[in-house]
Amino acid sequence: MNKILARTQLSDDVYMMRLDAPYIARERLPGQFVILQLDNEFGERIPLTIADADPAEGSVTIIFQAVGKTTHNLADKRVGESVQSVLGPLGQPTHIEKFGTVVCVGGGIGVAPLHPIVKGMKAAGNRIIVIVGARTRNLVIMEEQMRALADEFIVCTDDGSYGRKALVTEPLKEVCGRIPKPDMAVAIGPPIMMKFCAEATRPFGVPTVVSLNTIMIDGTGMCGGCRVTVGGQTKFVCVDGPEFDGHKVDFENMMQRLKAYRKQEDHAHTQCHLDAEIRAKEQGTR
Amino acid sequence: MSHSTPETLAVLARQELEGLLKRDTPLTPKERIAITAQEMPTQDPEVRRRNVQEVALGYTPEQARLESMRCLQCRNAPCVQGCPVRIDIPGFLKAAAEGDFQGACNVIKKNSLLPAVCGRVCPQETQCQEHCTVGKALKSVDKAVSIGRVERYVADLERETGGGAAPTVKPATGKKVAVIGTGPASITVAADVRREGHEVVMFEAFHKPGGVLVYGIPEFRLPKAIVQKEIDTLTGMGVQLQTNFVIGRTRKLKALIEEDGFDAVFIGTGAGLPKFMNIEGENLVGVFSANEYLTRANLMKAYDFGRADTPIYRSGRVAVLGGGNVAMDAARTAVRLGAGEVHVIYRRTEIEMPARIEEIAHAKEEGVIFHLLENAKRLIGDENGCVKAIECLRYELGEPDSSGRRRPVEIKGSEFIRDIDAVIVAIGNDSNPLIPRTTEGLQTTKWGNVIVDDTGKTSLDRVYAGGDIVLGAATVILAMGEGRRAAASINERLK
Repeated sequence: MNKILARTQLSDDVYMMRLDAPYIARERLPGQFVILQLDNEFGERIPLTIADADPAEGSVTIIFQAVGKTTHNLADKRVGESVQSVLGPLGQPTHIEKFGTVVCVGGGIGVAPLHPIVKGMKAAGNRIIVIVGARTRNLVIMEEQMRALADEFIVCTDDGSYGRKALVTEPLKEVCGRIPKPDMAVAIGPPIMMKFCAEATRPFGVPTVVSLNTIMIDGTGMCGGCRVTVGGQTKFVCVDGPEFDGHKVDFENMMQRLKAYRKQEDHAHTQCHLDAEIRAKEQGTR
Repeated sequence: MSHSTPETLAVLARQELEGLLKRDTPLTPKERIAITAQEMPTQDPEVRRRNVQEVALGYTPEQARLESMRCLQCRNAPCVQGCPVRIDIPGFLKAAAEGDFQGACNVIKKNSLLPAVCGRVCPQETQCQEHCTVGKALKSVDKAVSIGRVERYVADLERETGGGAAPTVKPATGKKVAVIGTGPASITVAADVRREGHEVVMFEAFHKPGGVLVYGIPEFRLPKAIVQKEIDTLTGMGVQLQTNFVIGRTRKLKALIEEDGFDAVFIGTGAGLPKFMNIEGENLVGVFSANEYLTRANLMKAYDFGRADTPIYRSGRVAVLGGGNVAMDAARTAVRLGAGEVHVIYRRTEIEMPARIEEIAHAKEEGVIFHLLENAKRLIGDENGCVKAIECLRYELGEPDSSGRRRPVEIKGSEFIRDIDAVIVAIGNDSNPLIPRTTEGLQTTKWGNVIVDDTGKTSLDRVYAGGDIVLGAATVILAMGEGRRAAASINERLK
């Protein structure tokens, strides 16, 4: 059982929580994730990236978007309540060293896992360019924290409600076109964004790391549900990743695999909204 | 195979036993051999293919006694030679034949900790029962004394009647042992080490203990309540259980010894790395490792469509690649999840299949279709990246290979296509690499199995290992035997 120590709603459906998890807080490194389960009998196990950790307090911070049944139920939990299972830290940590200039691109909720990487890269002496993108203004998260770390900060929204009206790939291409070009790129966000970021940097030959968030059960290499094709080889995101060379990842296959249970997930999600409405109505009539 | 109802089997057994008990002279070996071999009562195939309850229902007391009476009490006990943990088989059968079922159970428990589990999942026909004189006399291993079924009966009876003394624990020694994993090898080590009075902490990565007994072997073959009971016995003895804790990640193995004060560590993390065929299309949607498919169905309870949050792929025509027990488990699980057709594809013939005869027979009864001397060459996807067909090749048997089995040889140009909408790959597991990768100095074979000496000790001081992480994918009873050996060494080391 892991107690919820803090809960903040960052935007419409994005939440930040601090969970009591002393071992994970001590061991985790940038790039790693946890698997979380709300109900040990019938719940599902979902991977969530670790946005931050406080070893002194013994806590880890997760940021998640309420998109399915489990994340909705998690969002409904309050401080003082507990999560039944949190396993981690899982996956290989980010390879951090002094590369020179690193351009870090975060899309939507992807800014959360990007944050500790930016922190690590900065601490290693890199010059940091941060590009943050979101659909619209109120979906931009962790702007201040990122601004504080960045030597150069670019924000863009799809609808132009904040910063540049552009997709993140636009400023990314510009940055890659500079002389000298950046030494490294890190892109984390929706699969489609990571795919196009990798395509954007490819012609410039800027090495690009992406962090994949696939379907998982155990997170320890046992099930293979998370497997992806990287450079023609099968890799397990949970133990070989989650970070891979974005120029080698077969994104089409990965995106198709993410949809494997879409029908059942949509059903569960609709059901969960219906349940919430019924609950609200019941409370209203009381 | 025709299905006899449990009621019929019970009546016949009662009548036969009554007849035998009326006699006042001891049975001759000939008469013992003439006793009807007792069939295991099972759920009707048509009913069970729509539920997840246990298929084999277990003997009646009369059946258990009759089956035990078939034992000739051979002085050289060839059956014991076939048992990896050397259970006194004639001894427990003698007690059971006399109706002393608790006595029989006590005999087994001297050597085996998990009789209810092993009675169900041991491959007896290639172990104890293979060497049985009765089977030899009747010229069929199927006619050997059903040692495992009697074992299961006496263990179930003990559990259901609350019999059997709780294992005694010696006074606290102040020593502390970490057991990594909670499968059969680890359960054995935990019990044997705890009995000596050492503190024991078990670490499990999943949210529930039991390892392969809960995530892999389906409910219809091994009810989870039985595994839970074994775990309860351990916690009742004072063994501590730490779930959601993956050694190598949550805590490094060496930290257990160097910082957390553990005096010894046992690694029993099993063979949890699924092998794939490395053929085209293997990462298409609808292609699963048997581990994934079974874990969703078993541990995550995906069969319970209304209640479980974990989804499972619903499919019409499923292909299962492989011929072992895991392949049978996956195929039979697919049947229960409502697949229209389930096809097992195996490149040798039924004789070479590693699956237990009983499992193959059960699968056939449930409608699983077997395609022998056939193998997948590539998987074909539709426009959405979902698997829609499998291209197979036909095989023939050639000369025997190093395993002694005749080598399957592909027939050139024999490719053909089968339409399917899901594929489950069940061609085995390698050892889980998480601990070797995160533990400096821990020596492994090139296949990733942890190397141990003949006491179960690894290349690191105070670190022991056993079960599938050492053996590669094997059986529950072998894992238990390995656990026994390592526990004895740990207890010796901590003296």
